[in-house]
Amino acid sequence: MYQYSQADHQLLQERVAQFRGQVQRRLRGELSEDEFKQQRLRNGLYLQLHAYMLRVAVPYGLLSSNQMRTLAHIARKYDRGYGHFSTRQNIQYNWPKLEDVPQILDDLAAVEMHAIQTSGNCIRNTTSDPLAGVARDEVADPRPYCELIRQWSTFHPEFNFLPRKFKIAVSGAIHDRAAVAVHDIGLRLVKDASDELEFEVYVGGGLGRTPMIGKLIRASLHPHDMLTYLEAILRVYNRLGRRDNLYKARIKILVHETGEEKFRDLVEAEWQEIKASSLRLANEDIARIQSHFKDPDYELLSDFDHDFDSHLLTNPDFANWASKNVELHKKDGYRIVYLSLKSRNQPTGDVTADQMDAIADLADRYSLGAIRSTHRQNLVLSDVKLADLHHLWLELVKLDLATPNYNHLTDIISCPGMDYCALATARSIPIAQALTERFDSYDYINDLGDLSLNISGCINACGHHHVANIGILGVNKRGVEVYQLTLGGSAREDASIGKIIGPAFTSDEIVKAVADILKVYLDKREGPEEAFLAAYRRLGQAPFKEKLYG
Amino acid sequence: MGKFIKDRKVQQDNWMPYTGLEDLATIPSGDIYIPFEEWHQNRDQLLQRNSRLGVILENTDDVAALIPDLERLDLIVLQFPKMADGRAFTQARLLRDRYGYKGEIRATGDVLHDQVFFMQRCGFNAFELRDDQDSATVLLAFDEITVIYQPATDEELPIWRR
Repeated sequence: MYQYSQADHQLLQERVAQFRGQVQRRLRGELSEDEFKQQRLRNGLYLQLHAYMLRVAVPYGLLSSNQMRTLAHIARKYDRGYGHFSTRQNIQYNWPKLEDVPQILDDLAAVEMHAIQTSGNCIRNTTSDPLAGVARDEVADPRPYCELIRQWSTFHPEFNFLPRKFKIAVSGAIHDRAAVAVHDIGLRLVKDASDELEFEVYVGGGLGRTPMIGKLIRASLHPHDMLTYLEAILRVYNRLGRRDNLYKARIKILVHETGEEKFRDLVEAEWQEIKASSLRLANEDIARIQSHFKDPDYELLSDFDHDFDSHLLTNPDFANWASKNVELHKKDGYRIVYLSLKSRNQPTGDVTADQMDAIADLADRYSLGAIRSTHRQNLVLSDVKLADLHHLWLELVKLDLATPNYNHLTDIISCPGMDYCALATARSIPIAQALTERFDSYDYINDLGDLSLNISGCINACGHHHVANIGILGVNKRGVEVYQLTLGGSAREDASIGKIIGPAFTSDEIVKAVADILKVYLDKREGPEEAFLAAYRRLGQAPFKEKLYG
Repeated sequence: MGKFIKDRKVQQDNWMPYTGLEDLATIPSGDIYIPFEEWHQNRDQLLQRNSRLGVILENTDDVAALIPDLERLDLIVLQFPKMADGRAFTQARLLRDRYGYKGEIRATGDVLHDQVFFMQRCGFNAFELRDDQDSATVLLAFDEITVIYQPATDEELPIWRR
């Protein structure tokens, strides 16, 4: 993974010193909470319902075991013994004390981590495919490009006071595991007809109050031109993005109101002016960053292991887990393992300090010391030998990290909801827990197959309910929390926004409503190979409506 | 205008704003700056003045409209109506990097301690601080961060080329 240079280290030290000064001015009363807000919001520090919340960047979802241990130490020393992995591959702490935050940032800086630009109207942490570098369907490794974007966007002087926050995602595989279509900018690495690498550039995707799928603004961009093109898009947005209305300030609204064609013309015109500037990448610029992401020294292994196979035959629980939470690796004899953060016993995405330390140890023992976080709020050990899978599984079971539900019904994305968030209008975590308890039969979950269910506790849609096959949106209607259902969303390469099926349900009714939807699917599907989304797209809303509302 | 920093020094500001409402013939000699609209309406008359001239822009104005006049202008004032409104950063960069403007670019409005680092990187060299700002501490803010990754007006090359 990327190793910090002297300059990278120095920047973090300078930033911590700067922020420490701001905190001291606040604690001495020289800055009002309102003035301090402008500063803390540039450094991932939010004021939530009960306390400050600190969001720490995990650049493109990549962590070393050593970094994970520091995250555990922070959870233990400064928080209440846990952290929360978010849908943007970051980690959040819900209970830090303001006076401790500079020290937390010092501890993070010691392991090349920070909270820079994890909030505020600036370019946020770039997200990516959690399987980057190990996926079988990879066209090219997106991480070097993510790292170049990190460097370009960090304290970019022109783009730190944008109309609104700005999120960039990069994917380099056939299958989109980075949800590029619902980002302000989504980049997809593809090969052209002559096998040359290029980017597809999507602009103006996003969720929130006005969900939109990104528009393909450029079908073919040479990697050398990545940063100049990003700079052109950001410049058009900074000049013309709306600032009169918070809810119309994202770039998706600018693209929508300007029109795709005209927006493209504006970007292209700006790009013509700067495309030959020093931001144009040369082969050696890219190669230098790529050298940080070289393959580890994989052993030459057979893709067959006798012990593994016999465990599959003799242990149905292991076999069930291996069929869901384990994926093929680009190297024979290795596997990719998903650590489910969706057990019955913890809120979605939460990890305790003890679990973090244990995960770090497992990563060192079984997976070359690296951990990845995913936008569906799970963790990944990316380089596990086939022969080690059974040992690893036994450890994960003890840690409650082996719930066999990856990409299945109870692999729920959920925002923190009204239990933590000042914006939320309804609770999310209890709904996720009620669903997880109701649907605890693995046979049933297996039968349902590939399925996504996401929950948001308000229309800001942090739980990504719009792009779930089954989406749940909690709203407050005349003092009562009610839950709207949307069907047919997808965050993958076939991205789509789900449609509201009908009137909302109360918290007592919502679990039954989900059960009804699943029953319709099981009754009407053409067979187990027709996944929920495909069946819904074929059937339309009618049979589901019929069952729900009669 | 209370606190004024130019070229990293606290200075006296000798420029006078001209609203466009006064009779041009009666305003005293000395350096004046004029709203963008007025500049266009009274350009010929203004150019006959024996003083330095400046223009103040709205942050929605297109700076390209000033290209023919850049040689004659010694000051361009760009506005930050709110701290969060960063359009003038782009205006400044275009004036410096694309149109080669060499005169003073001044920030006015919500000009605070924690923005001047970004402003100087985009080509601002003069700052009318908001009244509540302490000019001595603002002077320190220019150097709080010394590591810069990306090219801007103050640095031609990205960090990976240096």
